[in-house]
This record gives sequence, structure tokens and C-alpha cells, in this order.
Amino acid sequence: MTPEELIQIAEERRGQQAAVGKRINVCAAASCMSRHSDKIAEEMSSHAESLGDKAEGVEVRCVGCMGLCSAGPLVEVDHPADEAAGNDAPKTMYRGVSMDDADRIVEAAAGGTTVEQLVQPTDIPYFSRQKRIVTENSGYIDPESIEDYIAADGYSGLVTALTEMSPNDVLHEVTISGLRGRGGGGFPTGLKWSTVAKTDADKKYVVCNADEGDPGAFMDRAVLESDPHRIIEGMTIAGYAVGASKAYIYVRAEYPLAIARLKKAIRQAQKYELLGTNLCDTPFNFEIELRLGAGAFVCGEETALIASIEGRRGVPRPRPPFPASYGLYGKPTLINNVETLATIPWIVRNGGDALASIGTAKSKGTKVFALAGKIVNNGLIEVPMGISLREIVYDIGDGIPDGGTFKAVQTGGPSGGCVPGNLLDMPVDYESLQEAGTIMGSGGMIIMDEASNMVDVARFFMEFCKDESCGKCTPCRVGTAQMLDLLEKLCAKSATEKDLELLKELCDVVKACSLCGLGQTAPNPVLSTLRYFEDEYMGSLVGGVSGDGRPVPDVETKAGAPDRIER
Amino acid sequence: MIATITKPEAPSDDKRWKIVQATMRRNGYSRNALIETLHTVQNSFGYLDEPALRYVAASLRVPLSNVYGVATFYHLFTLKPQGEHTCVLCTGTACYIKGTPELLQHVEERYGIRDGETTEDGKVSLLTARCIGACSMAPAVVFDGEMEGEVTQEQLDEQVEAWMAS
Ligand SMILES: Cc1cc2nc3c(=O)[nH]c(=O)nc-3n(C[C@H](O)[C@H](O)[C@H](O)COP(=O)(O)O)c2cc1C
Ligand code: FES
Repeated sequence: MTPEELIQIAEERRGQQAAVGKRINVCAAASCMSRHSDKIAEEMSSHAESLGDKAEGVEVRCVGCMGLCSAGPLVEVDHPADEAAGNDAPKTMYRGVSMDDADRIVEAAAGGTTVEQLVQPTDIPYFSRQKRIVTENSGYIDPESIEDYIAADGYSGLVTALTEMSPNDVLHEVTISGLRGRGGGGFPTGLKWSTVAKTDADKKYVVCNADEGDPGAFMDRAVLESDPHRIIEGMTIAGYAVGASKAYIYVRAEYPLAIARLKKAIRQAQKYELLGTNLCDTPFNFEIELRLGAGAFVCGEETALIASIEGRRGVPRPRPPFPASYGLYGKPTLINNVETLATIPWIVRNGGDALASIGTAKSKGTKVFALAGKIVNNGLIEVPMGISLREIVYDIGDGIPDGGTFKAVQTGGPSGGCVPGNLLDMPVDYESLQEAGTIMGSGGMIIMDEASNMVDVARFFMEFCKDESCGKCTPCRVGTAQMLDLLEKLCAKSATEKDLELLKELCDVVKACSLCGLGQTAPNPVLSTLRYFEDEYMGSLVGGVSGDGRPVPDVETKAGAPDRIER
Repeated sequence: MIATITKPEAPSDDKRWKIVQATMRRNGYSRNALIETLHTVQNSFGYLDEPALRYVAASLRVPLSNVYGVATFYHLFTLKPQGEHTCVLCTGTACYIKGTPELLQHVEERYGIRDGETTEDGKVSLLTARCIGACSMAPAVVFDGEMEGEVTQEQLDEQVEAWMAS
């Protein structure tokens, strides 16, 4: 692939697109697909065909996630020909589209009208407050078409890097962009890349961490399903910058659609010689292989992930040595999260400065969050760093449904914590969240209302950590089980003050003594709920009442809760 | 001296072993391909039984203890046959907040099966997963590989009863 060839493919595809009068874009990411959006798209196609001349110039295609998953299946009608000609061409988004609506949407599009009852307004804060970099193509391109991706400037970053930049130039751009790892740790990406680049070795690896273990997070899944080529491009640029020629994507087996699309994307990229040997007529070779997880949260931890790729039990090992110097098969290995890698093509195309101009002093760029739980607009959002939690919950998320009151937002999953209502004006960046006792995490945000009992929330996460502890180190294996016992006692209102003291002590011990991040952060949900909702803990003691006399919400379903089930 | 390595024989002449062999061959019979191979066995046969574990161990020249260790470490692998149909309830955070505990309790009370168990007639297995990435449609359930969102007790009963009647 030469730069000229890439431009030619892009122009050809743009030309084809500009010839389409009316285009019906149907979301075909997992959420909408589980509501049969793929069948709806098929019905639309065949109906358009059956209309013959009357539906001239109507094209139906599948695109990636449009974000507002709770309103799915989503469909958007646009007019590429008018847009290309510079005419006013408003788009129409439809929500909650069912099979019965398929035909009339096609007819409306063909006739230039709209189906009013189904219209989803797009001038709401949910759409206007977002800043889309990682998800810039999501919902706009067909994820299974490499030409669509190329037409949206895809692979131009890679081709530019290979033909016009040295590996050091790429490292420089990534470093000045201020990008930090989106997998949870927030480690400066430029620094990590430079470390791998500097290490001498006959072989190096790049690994994309697509294990997305945080229960309640689906950002990586959406990116993989909606724009898989972006990951391939990001990884290949990374390989060029650090001097690696082989890469693995470690993806959860729970994401079959993402896996299928990645496989297809890899084949397409190989065909276009964007993967393989002597890319862009340079000596640079690069190949990518998929590796499937098998349902173990701890495999998201980088050393456990390496063990798993090597076909072993996913058990972490002490660091140092860090994977950057001693990783996969003992070779220097760059491990980055999906979203981190998905930001790279944009950085190369627009320059590191452009990313650095977004966000706060220490947290640059944008972050994708998955909003779920008790919130009106469930779905995927991408916002500039530094935005306040209040804006996310009340403007973008549109508040709490069914007249409920906000109680807390949980970030960072089992390694994170809960932020209460009085801190909602806090900016969302790595440092502020940490100060508030939680972490940025990978981007799951679960919103809870008054119905949630915070001791039970802590119990839920502790149970998760106990189940997922790999068992290698004692503080984590035994500590999580002990803490879970105490939390269950609290939930059953049979704990004493002494139990609470013991719980606090155990938090410190497990945090300080565990081998890997799983154990070191397992106490966080307890610590943060203790910090902000101590009255609920007090109210859960034998004969206890909460500080302000407010009743503590009951833990509703004990018998059926997963922990009651003996394996 | 020329050492000849003879490949172990498949546990039976079931054609599905050919698929398993293809996976191992594609990976050069490397021990690194252990998890890939176990995935293939489970996808082909539904579960991992002892002859399968022994065969994979011998083929990849990995100690049986390691194969067993890996097969029991990862939640997705199962050593027991599943029912004809599977129903996977998500117990991730979003689904937990939005009602999976009630669904689980309901299934337990009504059908007498708990996580990892199969109804007596061997028709339906109940499993749980920690987030299947459908959090915006919580509570989510996977019925025989098909994901459904915002599942109610009634919907669950409808599907399970249809299976049990089949
Ligand atoms: C228990 C545990 C689970 C983790 N799970 C994930 C995960 O699912 N996805 C991910 O990208 N990083 C996960 N991480 C972080 C990784 O270890 C690693 O820091 C990250 O992939 C590095 O990529 P980044 O620098 O691009 O963030 C996890 C860490 C721990 C301790
Ligand atoms: S928490 Fe159930 S799908 Fe994510």
C-alpha cells in the first residue's frame, strides 16, 4: 500500500458514498443487535428493493454504535449526496425502531418525509456535550468495511507514520499528547512506549488488552464492534514506534461479535497489505493474532494476561520486571488498553498538541464512559477530561428515571469507589477521582439511586473480588473471603462494632500486602462507601440506626443473590 | 538416532476431533495453544471430559496436571455436560442494580436449579456471567447464545418453559 493507493481507495469510496441520495444507517452493535436490528436492516433492504423505482437512491447499511443504547434499536437517515454538494441535509435519528417500523421508515426516507413518532431529537445535551475522538467513526461507518474506514481517513495515520516519520517522531507525538493509559492505571503512554523502544531485543511484542473485565463497562466492546480497524491501525503504529513485529489482541470470549469483526478486519487489512511484510515498501513487518480469554477477571492484569496468552493459568507475578522489559515469552512487550490504542491514529493524524489542548493540566484528551444503572440515558459517551460529574449525570445522562433521587455514582468497578451527591461538581480527571477515593478505571459508571444499600454494594464488589481472586497470594485469597463474611454479617444486621473495626483493619492489610492490583484495590469499594456512607454501616450493626435517623435501605434479595449459591 | 514422535490417537473416531486437531496443527502443536485448543474442544463437544483433557495433554506434550489446572482456572470451561439449552444470567454491576438477584431467586424457586445446575430432565442449564457488555439493557440474559436485554420474569419463564416443553 502506497500513500497514493490509500488516497485512491478513499476517494473511490467517498465518490460511491456521495452518489447515495438517502441512506438509512442501522446500528449493528451488540445492544441494538440483541433487539434484532440486523433483521430490521434486512427487512428494510428487501422492502427498498420491492419498492423499485419509488425507493431510488435509498441505501440501507449497518453501522456501529450510536451511543444511546437504551433507546435502541437506533436508525439514522442521512443524505450523503446533498452533503457532498454542500446542501442543507438534516439527519433524522429514530429510536426504539421495531420490525413493524421498518417498512414505513424506508417509505418515509424515499419520499423525503419523517416518521414523527419515532424521532429521537439530536439537539439534546447527550449529543451536543460529547467530544468524539475514539468514537469519531462509531455510528458513521460500516465496521465490516475497510473502505469505509479508509474513506474516513483511516490508515492515513499509519501510512504517514511509516512513510514520513521515524519511530522517534511517533514517540515524540505520543509523548507530547499527554495521553495516559485508559485501562485503569493512567500510566503515561509515551513513557511506556519509550521504555519498550529503548530496550534492546531480537523480538518485541505489542499486546492489546481487550479483556474488559470491569462488570458494568462496555466501552472497549463498543469500539471493537464499531470501528475494529482503528485498533489494528493503532497497534501497527505502536509496533512501528517501539520496534515490534508481532502483536496479540487478547479479547474476552464473552464478546463474540467483537471477535468476529476483528477477525474480518485483520483479513481485510492483510489483503490491502496494511498488515504483513514490508508495509508501505518499508522494511517494517507486522502481524496481529487474536487470543481469546476464558472468563477470568484477573487476566486483565498485565502479567496474568501474558500468562494466559502463553496458554497457562492466568496468575499474575510480581513486578518488576515490568512487561516493558520482560513480557510475553520473556521479551519486551508493550501492553495497552483498547481505548489507548484507538486514540493513536487520531494523534498521528492531528498531532500530539491537538490532544494535549483538550482536557485538564494532567489529564489530556477525552475519555469514553459507559453509563448504566439508574439513569435515563444509558449508553456510551465520550467527553473531554475535566467535565464535571454533574454534567455527565444530569445533562448528558438526563438524570435519574422514575422520579428517583441520585445517591452515588460508582466508577472504576471492583477497584474503584462510590462518589456521593455532594461531590458531583468535581471534575472528572485522574487526580480528582483519586482524591475522592475512587479511580478513573476503565470507564464504567454505574449510577445508583436511593434504593441501593451501599453496604450491599460493597458486599457485591467484595464477592466479585473473592470469586475472581486467583489464589496465588494469601492476603487477597483469604482477606477477600474474610471481608466478604463481615460484609454479609453487616447486610444481615448481625455484625457488631468489633466486626466493623476488623473490617477496617483487613482493608488496610489486604491493600498493603496483596501481590497484584486485584487485591491491592479490592478494599476500595468498602473504603469509599465507609467514607461517604458510614451511617449506613452504623445502621447495619446489631440494633443500629443510621446517623441522621434515616432508615437504611433493606438488602432486598438475599436468598437469590449470587453469593447464596454454593458452587 | 532419529526420534519419531507419534501423535496420540483421538479418544474416539468422532469427526469433531478433526476440528480439534486442526486447531492444534494451526498452532504448530505448541503448548502455548492450550487455551485455544480447550476452547475448540468445548465449542465442539460442549464440555471437557477426562479423555479429552488426556488427549490434549498428550498431543501438546503438556503435563495432565497443567491441562487440568488451566481447565479449572477459567470460568468458561466446564468439566460437566450442559443441558440441551443454556440460560446465562448476567450478574455484573449494572444488572445486579437492576434486578438480576430477583431473576436468580425466581429461577431457583420455580425450576429448582442454581448457578451451574441443570434441570432434572436435562433440558435447561442455568449459568451466570460477570457482565456481558449489555449493561445499558440491564438485566441481560443470554438464551442459547442469543442476547436479550431488559428481561422480565415473564419473558424468562416463557423461554424456559418453551424449552422444557420441547
Ligand atoms: C485486576 C486487574 C484487572 C485489569 N483489567 C483490565 C482490563 O480489563 N482492561 C484493561 O485494559 N486493563 C486492565 N487492567 C490494567 C492492566 O493491567 C494494564 O495496566 C493496562 O492494560 C495497560 O494499558 P494502558 O496503559 O493502555 O492503560 C487490569 C488491572 C488489574 C490489576
Ligand atoms: S452488568 Fe450485565 S451486561 Fe454489564
